[in-house]
Amino acid sequence: MGDGLYVKGLRAWFGDRLILKGVDLTVAPNAVTAIIGPSGCGKSTFIRCVNRMHETVPGARVSGQVLLNSEDLYAPGVDPVQVRRRIGMVFQKPNPFPTMSVFDNVAAGLRLGSIRRKAHLHEPVERALRHAALWDEVKDELDKSGVSLSGGQQQRLCIARALAVDPQILLMDEPCSALDPIATAKIEELIHDLKKELTIVIVTHNMQQAARMSEWTGFFLLGELVEFGVTKDMFTTPGDKRTEDYITGRFG
Amino acid sequence: MSGLTFAAAVLAICPLLLIFGFLLYQGASALNWDFFVHLPKPVGEAGGGVANAIVGSLIVIGLAVALGLPVGILGGVYLAESRDRRLPWLLRFVADVMNGVPSIVFGIFAYTVVVLPMRRFSALAGGLALGLILIPIVLRTTEEMVRLVPNALREAGLGLGLPQWKVSLRIVIPAARAGIITGIVVAVARIAGETAPLLFTALGNRFWHQGLDQPIAALPLQIYAYAIAPYDDWHRQAWAGALVLITLVFLASLAARVATRDRAIARLR
Repeated sequence: MGDGLYVKGLRAWFGDRLILKGVDLTVAPNAVTAIIGPSGCGKSTFIRCVNRMHETVPGARVSGQVLLNSEDLYAPGVDPVQVRRRIGMVFQKPNPFPTMSVFDNVAAGLRLGSIRRKAHLHEPVERALRHAALWDEVKDELDKSGVSLSGGQQQRLCIARALAVDPQILLMDEPCSALDPIATAKIEELIHDLKKELTIVIVTHNMQQAARMSEWTGFFLLGELVEFGVTKDMFTTPGDKRTEDYITGRFG
Repeated sequence: MSGLTFAAAVLAICPLLLIFGFLLYQGASALNWDFFVHLPKPVGEAGGGVANAIVGSLIVIGLAVALGLPVGILGGVYLAESRDRRLPWLLRFVADVMNGVPSIVFGIFAYTVVVLPMRRFSALAGGLALGLILIPIVLRTTEEMVRLVPNALREAGLGLGLPQWKVSLRIVIPAARAGIITGIVVAVARIAGETAPLLFTALGNRFWHQGLDQPIAALPLQIYAYAIAPYDDWHRQAWAGALVLITLVFLASLAARVATRDRAIARLR
C-alpha cells in the first residue's frame, strides 16, 4: 500500500539561492499527484527534497518538514539512505547501469542492499519487471546489457529497478520527456496501474499528461506553490490567474 | 594543415619505431630459448639467460601493484567523489608533485625505511619504491576516469537507497573500469622499466629469488649490469633484455586494450 506525504514549510537552497520558498502540500496515498510549472520553478527540486536527494548536490540545503507516516524525514538521526529505500525515484533521462545486465539492473537495489543469493533474487526481479510491464519484452534476454534496450524500455527498466526495493512512494521527474508518444503512452498506462500499490508524484511539462493521469495537481511558479487541488478543478476552473495563464499556454 | 598534423603524429611515434627496430637489430641475435629459461652463466662462459631477472621483475612489479593499486584507486575515487574542497586540492597537488619527483628519490626513501632497518637489500624494498611511483599515476588517472562517469548513474544508485560507498564501489568504479585499467597499464609500464630506484633497494641477484626479504634480480638491473660490463656477449644480452622488456610492456598494453575494448563496444550496441 502507498502512503501519504505531508510537506510543511519546505525551503531549499543551492548555495545562497533560495529555490523553494516555503511549500506546504499534502500528497494523497494511492493516487497520482502531478507537479506542473515552467522550467526553473523548483518542481524538480521539490521532489528531490522529498527523498533527500537534493542534499547530495554540493552546496544544497533544505529546511522544513516532510512527514511520511507522521515521521519527519528531516528529523535528526534519520538516515537519508533509508528514506530513499522507502521513496523511490525515476529520472528524466533513462539511466540504467551500463555495466549491468537487465536482470542485474533490477536486482541492483536488492543485491547491493541485503539479498545476495541469485536464487532469492529471481522472484522479486520478475515481479518488478511484470509491474513495470516489461517482463514479456525482456524475459528471454535478461542477460543482455541494460543499455541495449530501446529508450522506452530503458525507462521502464528504471521503473522496475525502483519498484524492486518495494517503495511506498515513487517520485518521477519528467519520466517521459525523453520518450516518443508510444513509449509515453505505455508509461502512462503503467502509472495508472501502479497507483493501486503505491503513491506516485510525477513532475511533468506536459499539461495533457497531468490532466490525463493525475488526481491531484500542484502548480509551481518561481519557487512557490501557487495552487494545489483536484486535477479536474485545476484544469477547468483554476482559482489563480497565474495558473489559468499557464495551463492555457499564455506563458511558460 | 592536416598534412602538418599528420607529419607531427608520425614524428611522435618515430622514436618508438626506431628504438624497437634498433633493439631488434642488436638484440635479436642473442634471443633464444635459453635466454628465457636459464640463469646467467658465470663470467667468461658464453650463453645463459635472464630467466631469474624476468621472474624477479614480475615479483617486484607484483609487490608494487599489491602495495600501490588499492591506495591509488581508492584515493582516486576519493578525489573525484569527495564533496570537500581543500583536502582533495592538497592531495591532488601532492600527487602531481610526486609524479614529477625523480624516481631515484623513491629509491632513496625505500632504502632509508626498509633497507637500512632490515640491514639488507630486498625485493620488498624494491616493491615499495616502485609502488610509491605507481600510486600518483594510478591516483590521477582513476580520478579523471571517475569524473567522466555521468552523474545520472550516481543519482540512480543513491535514489535506490544505496549508501555512497556502495555507489562508488559497485556502480561508479565498474563504469569507469576501462579507463582505470588503461591507467594501471600505463603505470605498470612505467615502473617496469625503472632502474634507478631498484639499484639500492632490490640490488639484483644472479640466482633465482630466495624470498621477499632477499636481494632479487630484475630486468632493468640486469640490463644495466650487462651494459656497463666489458664483455661483448653481455652487451648482446643487454640488448636482448631491453627487447624483452619493451615487448612485455607492449603486450601488456595490447592485452589491456583488447580486454577493455569488448566492454566499450557492448555498451554502444
